[in-house]
Amino acid sequence: MRMKKIKGIKFGLLSSKEVRKMSASRIITPDTYGEDGFPIERGLVNQHIGVIDPGLRCKTCGGRMGECPGHFGHIDLEAPIIHIGYAKLIYRILAATCRKCGRVLLGEEEKNIFLEKIKKQRERQVDVGDVVKLVLKEAAKCSVCMYCAEPQQRIKYDKPTAYKEIDEEGKERRLMPSDVRERLERIPDEDVFMFGMDPKNARPEWMVLTVLPVPPVTARPSITLESGQRSEDDLTHKLVDIIRINQRFMENRDAGAPQLIIEDLWELLQYHINTYFDNNIAGVPPARHRSGRPLKTISQRLKGKEGRFRGSLSGKRVNFSARTVLSPDPDIDIDEVGVPEAVAKELTITVNVTERNFDVMRETVKRGKTHPGVNYVRRADGRKIKVTESNYETLADELELGWKVERHLVDGDIVLFNRQPSLHRLSIMAHYVLVMPDKTFRLNPAVCPPYNADFDGDEMNMHVLQTEEARAEAKILMAVQRNIISPRFGRPIIGSIHDYITGLFLFTRGEKRFEKEKVLDVLSKIEVNDLGEPAGTFEPSSGMGVGDAAARPIPYWTEKQIFSMLLPKGLNVEFRGKTCANCIERGEECEKEKCLRDAYVKIEDGNLVCGIIDEKALGSFKGIIIARIFRQYGEEVTKTFIKNVSRLAINYIKQVGFSFGISDEDIPEEGKEQIREEAVHEAEKKVEELIRAYEGGELEALPGRALEETLELLIMQELAHARDDSGDIAERYLGIENPGVLMAKSGARGSLLNLTQMAACVGQQSVRGERIKRGYLGRTLPHFKPGDRSSDAHGFVRASFKDGLSPMEYFFHAIGGREALVDTAVRTSQSGYFQRRLINALQDLEVKNDGTVRETRGTVVQFKYGDDGVDPSKSDSGKFVDIDEVIREAMKAEI
Amino acid sequence: MKKGKDSILEHELVPKHEIAGEEEVAELLDTYKIRKEQLSKIKLSDPVIKEIKAEVDDVVRITRRSEIAGKLLSYRLVIE
Repeated sequence: MRMKKIKGIKFGLLSSKEVRKMSASRIITPDTYGEDGFPIERGLVNQHIGVIDPGLRCKTCGGRMGECPGHFGHIDLEAPIIHIGYAKLIYRILAATCRKCGRVLLGEEEKNIFLEKIKKQRERQVDVGDVVKLVLKEAAKCSVCMYCAEPQQRIKYDKPTAYKEIDEEGKERRLMPSDVRERLERIPDEDVFMFGMDPKNARPEWMVLTVLPVPPVTARPSITLESGQRSEDDLTHKLVDIIRINQRFMENRDAGAPQLIIEDLWELLQYHINTYFDNNIAGVPPARHRSGRPLKTISQRLKGKEGRFRGSLSGKRVNFSARTVLSPDPDIDIDEVGVPEAVAKELTITVNVTERNFDVMRETVKRGKTHPGVNYVRRADGRKIKVTESNYETLADELELGWKVERHLVDGDIVLFNRQPSLHRLSIMAHYVLVMPDKTFRLNPAVCPPYNADFDGDEMNMHVLQTEEARAEAKILMAVQRNIISPRFGRPIIGSIHDYITGLFLFTRGEKRFEKEKVLDVLSKIEVNDLGEPAGTFEPSSGMGVGDAAARPIPYWTEKQIFSMLLPKGLNVEFRGKTCANCIERGEECEKEKCLRDAYVKIEDGNLVCGIIDEKALGSFKGIIIARIFRQYGEEVTKTFIKNVSRLAINYIKQVGFSFGISDEDIPEEGKEQIREEAVHEAEKKVEELIRAYEGGELEALPGRALEETLELLIMQELAHARDDSGDIAERYLGIENPGVLMAKSGARGSLLNLTQMAACVGQQSVRGERIKRGYLGRTLPHFKPGDRSSDAHGFVRASFKDGLSPMEYFFHAIGGREALVDTAVRTSQSGYFQRRLINALQDLEVKNDGTVRETRGTVVQFKYGDDGVDPSKSDSGKFVDIDEVIREAMKAEI
Repeated sequence: MKKGKDSILEHELVPKHEIAGEEEVAELLDTYKIRKEQLSKIKLSDPVIKEIKAEVDDVVRITRRSEIAGKLLSYRLVIE
């Protein structure tokens, strides 16, 4: 078939003539099926406009069910009807044209200016909406026609589809649709251009229907219920209504019924046609099914998220995909995904049988449907054969070159892995398959951050790529290791999380000595070929060896040495770790290598000289070391590094053990006493003083604040202080070795605030950033006196979560908690909509080869992408290079 | 300060707008291999355009301070 090119798309209105021309059948009976069970001739399901019954043939094109796409029919309306979709425009046009001669109420000159403007904007492909709006507005101001001198009357639009004319005495006269149509017909072609219409494609009077197109039955198929009864589509129901009323209108009119009855029927017909187009019109009761359910008519089919556009065209359900629960597996690589065997047996990849893979393919077919087998084979003539228990052996023997084999997924196949909401491009990445037992997808926990996944029941989707091109593209662009650096902020988004950080923190902290066996143990499952020179030897007297060995010196390696074995040679990094006390910011000198906390990390030629490894070094979102390795050595080295580091962390933390229990939140009685007295009680006393000062009129207002606001602000400050102080005291009593403190300090999970709230004091609850003040008149709860401003009357929780909250504290906490919940719910829906709008606005922009950003017409939007031409996913925190680092390197080279 | 007499060009939030010379425009169009119509547009009624008295079909050079790029040049075609 010859490829055809789309030259253009034309939008317009359907004229009555056109509707009749495309109609295959004029429909006059509201009935569908006759007593014989066959569609009724000239009925709504007649055989000229499409077939939905198996075995029947279309009387228009001769096609069977499935072949015949369906054909439009039509209903001749006995009276003109306003098209609801154009009701507003009709009103505007009526108001802008003469009631007698139909010309647009503007002077010749003005008209020409507007016409010229419209023409120019059309050429420039700019929307002419604003000009048209202006035309309609200006023309509506005229009171006497400048062409036929007819005085104009004011037009009133009564929603949804009625128009009235008001004469000079203020009397209203209804304009029936027939009057409206007549008026629109009078508008001359040259004036139609002024409404932004082309009279060849859209004449105004075509907005008033005289004939209604009937969609083919294929667009509104009836379904047969289990009881054998037929249930018609909502659209068919609506069309039945229309035909009935249309017929009654005709009968009444022909019988010479009174005008009142005719108008009522006309109105009813209008209502049915309105709701046929849109059953959700403001101020109109929706048409309902017998059961009371509102009917789903044309507009409802198209509109919204589940509508034809967003639901069926932009988004569809797809084949070759799987979805199941996610669980962690730290032993697989970051670019792998564990796929359940059941899934691997269902999803297939089509392989062409060639000389080179013939033997392998024959073996595969020979296995039949047992795992690395096949589901279908396709012979050279294109016939598809299902592989069954009984035929697989014959098929394997018959296998020939040129056949196609739909084989199961096997280890190493590349697939796309996705977790909703897909907010950024890292929400879909390419993974390599690893077929595994059981029923869940397995994922390396280091890849959780880009997907924002956890394992509390999350499900993910997998898509199997079907063409070689797609596989190549996925491998080059979407592989996990390609996307270690996030395009969002130019730093690693994949890195150690949770226990890996704790493990490395514990491992690299303090001075440890490992004899050979221990080194090998901690390095198990990691490829290290050379342990290098040991850092020293245990003295024979240290009691390390047993028996003969006790006399011999035993070599040992330090933790920093072992960590260095994972680092690539030539790597140089220096930075201040997370435990840094910010000496510089406090005006003191940074001790660097001699830092007492060992917070200064220095890596020289791939050797960890000093420093504790924490979240800042290897975590996702920060990962300074990962970022450096990625830039210097590339994705593969980084991938192995992350894998090795994870294994080291697990090996070590498994050895020393790490847990956090409820007793880890315990603080000795004296500590609790101290928190009560020094922090909470002190603050409460100060708050009382503030209140006394306020009531005594001694309090001075802060600039820009009312006196009461000042008081509230100071109280809030004081109470926040109380919580921080109690946190500090708690931290002292918990000690640095407390697992909670360890996790917070290393950045593995949680913060000191979390610990404070659990162990010491929950603190002030707030609603909209203020203390809680709503509830009863002048008080929050009936337990307090009206006007009580004390801390406990406005939601200060002195207890810790561990100690437990008093009933009142509990209630205040619930108030604050609910606000947080509502906020997140509102935020997600708002940001979701905002993102949708952004994506729709930006989706056609493209970075061209010359670095410019252009839209589809080739208009330059930006002369340089992002103004600096930097791809953030290849940048260093969004910068082209880290200048300081470059200089440091250059200086080193010189020395 | 004089009331209502200050030029908007003086305002710190208004980047520098100048009418680009013919040569400059030719070079620009040649560098990016584009037609004038492929530039971003700015309306003749824009206060800045009135201020610098540019006319339809002129190209204005806009010099912005940018946090990422330092000095940033962009061009716009004046339309009706």
